[in-house]
Amino acid sequence: MDMRPDPLIMMTTQPAPTSVAAKPKVVARNVNVFYGQKHALKDVSVDIPERSVTSFIGPSGCGKSTFLRCINRMNDTVASCRVEGTILIDGKDIYDPALDPVQLRARVGMVFQKPNPFPKSIYDNVAYGPRIHGLSRSKGELDQIVEASLRKASLWEEVKDRLADSGTGLSGGQQQRLCIARTIAINPEIILMDEPCSALDPIATARIEELMEELRHNFTIVIVTHSMQQAARVSQQTAFFHLGVLVEQGDTSQIFTNPHDKRTQDYITGRFG
Amino acid sequence: MSEHIVTSYEQELAFLDGKIGQMGGLAEQLVGEAFDSLASHNPGRAKATVASDATIDLLHRELEEQVILMIARRQPVANDLRQIISVLKVAGELERVGDLAKNVAKRALTISGETHPKGLLTGLQHMTDLASQQLKEVLDAYAARDADRALTVWRNDEKLDAVYNSVFRELLTYMMEDPRNIGLCTHLLFVAKNLERIGDHTTNIAETVTYMTLGAFPEGERPKNDITSSTLVSSPLR
Repeated sequence: MDMRPDPLIMMTTQPAPTSVAAKPKVVARNVNVFYGQKHALKDVSVDIPERSVTSFIGPSGCGKSTFLRCINRMNDTVASCRVEGTILIDGKDIYDPALDPVQLRARVGMVFQKPNPFPKSIYDNVAYGPRIHGLSRSKGELDQIVEASLRKASLWEEVKDRLADSGTGLSGGQQQRLCIARTIAINPEIILMDEPCSALDPIATARIEELMEELRHNFTIVIVTHSMQQAARVSQQTAFFHLGVLVEQGDTSQIFTNPHDKRTQDYITGRFG
Repeated sequence: MSEHIVTSYEQELAFLDGKIGQMGGLAEQLVGEAFDSLASHNPGRAKATVASDATIDLLHRELEEQVILMIARRQPVANDLRQIISVLKVAGELERVGDLAKNVAKRALTISGETHPKGLLTGLQHMTDLASQQLKEVLDAYAARDADRALTVWRNDEKLDAVYNSVFRELLTYMMEDPRNIGLCTHLLFVAKNLERIGDHTTNIAETVTYMTLGAFPEGERPKNDITSSTLVSSPLR
């Protein structure tokens, strides 16, 4: 038997990308960010596909978190910060002066590096958003939202008998999942995660990654991570930032097997950083 | 190519390349020695050749273990991943080349007492030279990360196929001329087939070198010229 694979077949045996580069949920064009005199982000243009996980990787200070924070206008709160360029969500400019940033942030949730539950009960942590946004008409309805959110965050089974306990009493991994439950309770379209696992142990990290895999069917997820392996594991798209520039963006499968830019290759293989 | 921040990683990758070089050199040597032992009717040489295949097997095992360990410890990506996977594949191909050469030497041992006309070996000598040269070229392409050179090897295998076709016909003719040649010629036919297979393994290595270097396999159909599967030399008496 001729064991030699047919080169033509070999060209087509790459697994189909798990993301069918769906229609972009977020479209950024020529985004520049300045902190005072510092030009932190230079001409970043990127499309973030809907209902998939996009990861931003790059060395510290490369601008990946800065860009993430542009997507829900968190940089508005930094006095010296100036954002130029266009960011569209579903085709609508999010820097339109007529747009209410509070409404925007209800659509674009955020999970931070360090779990930061409110010093309130587990129940109230999740119920907080729906309450202030008036998403429920009755106690029963609110209960449902809390349960559904905790279930989606894979936390329900662990906390259902102690919903009145303080959220800060949970383990780090549970706290982070509580923060994710709190984020999805107001039913956002996009979830931004800024190094969500860097304070967690490997088991808690695996739970969050499993959760992201489930959540991506309903949400558009953007994650900033310092763990290359995490980006490779959880995302369908990967964007590499370096010195404020978006160096390369592509299917995660391509970025980690055959990056086109030498800077990407050097970074992900540990040749500089 | 800039170096890894982690020096030991860099050293491990260099170790892989070193072992591939060593394995390749041995395989090349074995192919030559196998034919020499056949041509010189030298059972001692044939035995020595058979024995030295064990070294290639040992190197293969060593490389496999190192690759598995590196995947577990380094979680390689990009060009490192391609290199590590390519090492695993190339080592497998070289191990097969070693086996085929060993089989040639075994047959040399079996027929060392037979007298065979000198002319019969000319074609096999030519095949051995071509196979060795191709093997050397592809190993150089590997070491130099030279995809163009690998592609040349990939395309040149048809020359080996062409010689194989003529050796095949030649041996069939000898067998038809005198049935007493059949025993000897059957062994020589297998020798020719082994050399042709060595050429195929060499093209597999060439494909792997292309992948390692460019991240993509060669496109299109490789030129092939082996028509022995459809060759029939009929007896003129019928």
